Amino acid sequence: MSDLSKGAAAPRSVSSNKLRCYGSWIATAIALLALPSIFSSAGSLTTFSLIGISIIFSLSYNILLGQTGMLSFGHAVYYGLGGFLAIHGMNLIAGSKLPVPLPLVPLIGGVAGLFFAATLGWVPTRRSGTAFAMISLGVAELVASSSLILRSFFGGEAGISANRTKLMRVFDWNFGPQIQIYYLVAFWTLIAGIAMYALTRTPLGRMCNAVRDNPERVQFVGYDPHVIRFLAFCFAGFFAGIAGALAAINFEIANAAYLGAAQSGVVLFATYIGGVRFFIGPIIGAILVTYLSLALSDLTAVWQLYFGLFFIAVVMFAPGGITGLLMKHRPLVRAGTLVSVLRAYLLALVPTLTIIAGLILAIEIVVRHTVNAGQDPYTKAFGVHFNAASPLIWLLAVALIIGGFVVARRTWQWVGKAWDEGLKAAREKGFHA
Amino acid sequence: MLNGVLYGMLLFLMASGLTVIFSMLGVLNFAHASFYMLGAFFGFQISRWFGFWPALVLAPLLAGLIGAAIERYGLRHVHKNGHVAELLFTFGLAFAIEEVVEIIWGKSPVDYRVPPLLNFPAFTIFSINYPAFKIFMLLVSVAIFLALLIALKMTRVGLIVQAALTHPQMVGHLGHNVDRIFMMVFGVGTALAAVAGVIAGPALQTQSNMAELLGPILFVVVVVGGLGSLPGAFVASLLIGLVQTFAVSMNGSLASIFGPLGPGNTQPFLADIWNVTIAQIAPIMPYLLMVVILLFRPTGLFGTRES
Repeated sequence: MSDLSKGAAAPRSVSSNKLRCYGSWIATAIALLALPSIFSSAGSLTTFSLIGISIIFSLSYNILLGQTGMLSFGHAVYYGLGGFLAIHGMNLIAGSKLPVPLPLVPLIGGVAGLFFAATLGWVPTRRSGTAFAMISLGVAELVASSSLILRSFFGGEAGISANRTKLMRVFDWNFGPQIQIYYLVAFWTLIAGIAMYALTRTPLGRMCNAVRDNPERVQFVGYDPHVIRFLAFCFAGFFAGIAGALAAINFEIANAAYLGAAQSGVVLFATYIGGVRFFIGPIIGAILVTYLSLALSDLTAVWQLYFGLFFIAVVMFAPGGITGLLMKHRPLVRAGTLVSVLRAYLLALVPTLTIIAGLILAIEIVVRHTVNAGQDPYTKAFGVHFNAASPLIWLLAVALIIGGFVVARRTWQWVGKAWDEGLKAAREKGFHA
Repeated sequence: MLNGVLYGMLLFLMASGLTVIFSMLGVLNFAHASFYMLGAFFGFQISRWFGFWPALVLAPLLAGLIGAAIERYGLRHVHKNGHVAELLFTFGLAFAIEEVVEIIWGKSPVDYRVPPLLNFPAFTIFSINYPAFKIFMLLVSVAIFLALLIALKMTRVGLIVQAALTHPQMVGHLGHNVDRIFMMVFGVGTALAAVAGVIAGPALQTQSNMAELLGPILFVVVVVGGLGSLPGAFVASLLIGLVQTFAVSMNGSLASIFGPLGPGNTQPFLADIWNVTIAQIAPIMPYLLMVVILLFRPTGLFGTRES
């Protein structure tokens, strides 16, 4: 492959691009294979499986939000229905001894997601923007409330369960141990990831971008934006169904929480925090959010509040998400002016961290006083011990916040200056964002 | 019937604020129901300290101030990043407010009682006592509705707001301080939601999930009525209030309507659909209504805007 790209001069950029593309997927595959031998504990395998599921789910969500510009508040519906159908499918297969192995079960979920997206998606995709967001929320509530009413299918509050080891075996794997589930999830993550990346390269994927950027013009060119939105919605439903089925296989249970608003919120958080403008964004977001939700819940009781605040901060200060933020620096890196900006960053980091520390301290004190009122005032958060009852700690929190804020304002102005200069230098050298 | 109108008026109290905010700022305030919840909890806390009547005034003021501050220091900065970012900002805000409320007041419902002055049955129909507090709720919401109507139609500020509903850019060109109007409108809108919270708190349950329960229905109201249409929001609020109240009190099911004509013993999960009573599907009625109406009128009942 590398010989080929060296030999041909003209199509070099195309083939080297191809090489990079295939190379990164192959590298991902090798990394996925190698991960369990580096982190072999059961806990980390579970974490990896959850992250893999979350990656598929977030990527499918980004077909809507990032590529077609549709903000959906009900994406978990297709995830959950995929999960339910997968559980029912597993029970059916195990009950009547059909020759279907477990690795094919996610397809059931995918088809279920596709089917429900196709039936429920026609009405919401007529509109775009805010109206679509609200309608998707209404449809999601419709399904979520129905799931508690139709008890025999959804199993009420308890949900329904299945046994994944009862299915036909392949290569003598019964998919009991977590390591086998990990490989199953990794396999599907890779397949779904490649498929979704390929989808962005198809004419349909390009038309989706066009619908996102200028639906009116798409109409003039002769396409129906509604149909394109609908198709994107169906694809997103399909991959969400796969993710839901994998989650159902992982937990061996599906319940109403799968298709609730909270699940839709989490995938929205993950995708947006990662960054919607780049394909890799949701992957990073999924890894980060899954890891944070597991790690933070050990550290503090109110991790969801930090989570929400973090999300607000991302929306306010980094609308492109983490990848958007990183990609903004590309022209600076190419022009070699990154160093001065980095220096300003380091300077600004100190007071910013001070504010954050003050905020965390204040929140933890309040939590100590309200949630665990009447208990021992000596408390521990993020591994730090302190006495929440003493006025000193209050003063410290306030001082940290205010002092940090005053200094941070100045330093961020410097950052802005350094940024402008760096960007100007980059522009002069011909590197644009 | 009265209950339905009452519920509808409560919905309208919130939907009106939401609609005006949407029309002017172009952002659907996802956290609107959270301000309703904040209103209820502030009302609870203040009525504990000073009594119910000060709470009725102070709690909405407080919530409105918070709303205005959030618009000034949060939303305005997000504005340049587009509507999706604004919507997401309010979404994150709703999430954070719920967490904060849970931290301060806990997850279980608080003991927010009807003030003793209004704690008597107003009249009796079919041997059911109709509490005076509900009449009071109805009166308050009607009064605010009228006040809003007069303020919108008669005063100068109302005129500007109305103009901004249809031609937001033009109002700016005419030299009005659009930023300040936005902040004011956001504050008033959230305060209205808080009023609804204060008066609904004692009758319904004051609990940290009340925003989550009401929020989606509120958006259904706004979508069914047509985004950005005040009369639409009014009709849709009453419609949904009535539909939901009637559905709760009805006890039929498909099986009982069709009786022996039914398909008999079918698959178990189909039987579920067959046997569910109307009262049981009351929670999903608003959403069903929304889907049906959007099928025939994609822009909602009175909507003219496409998005």
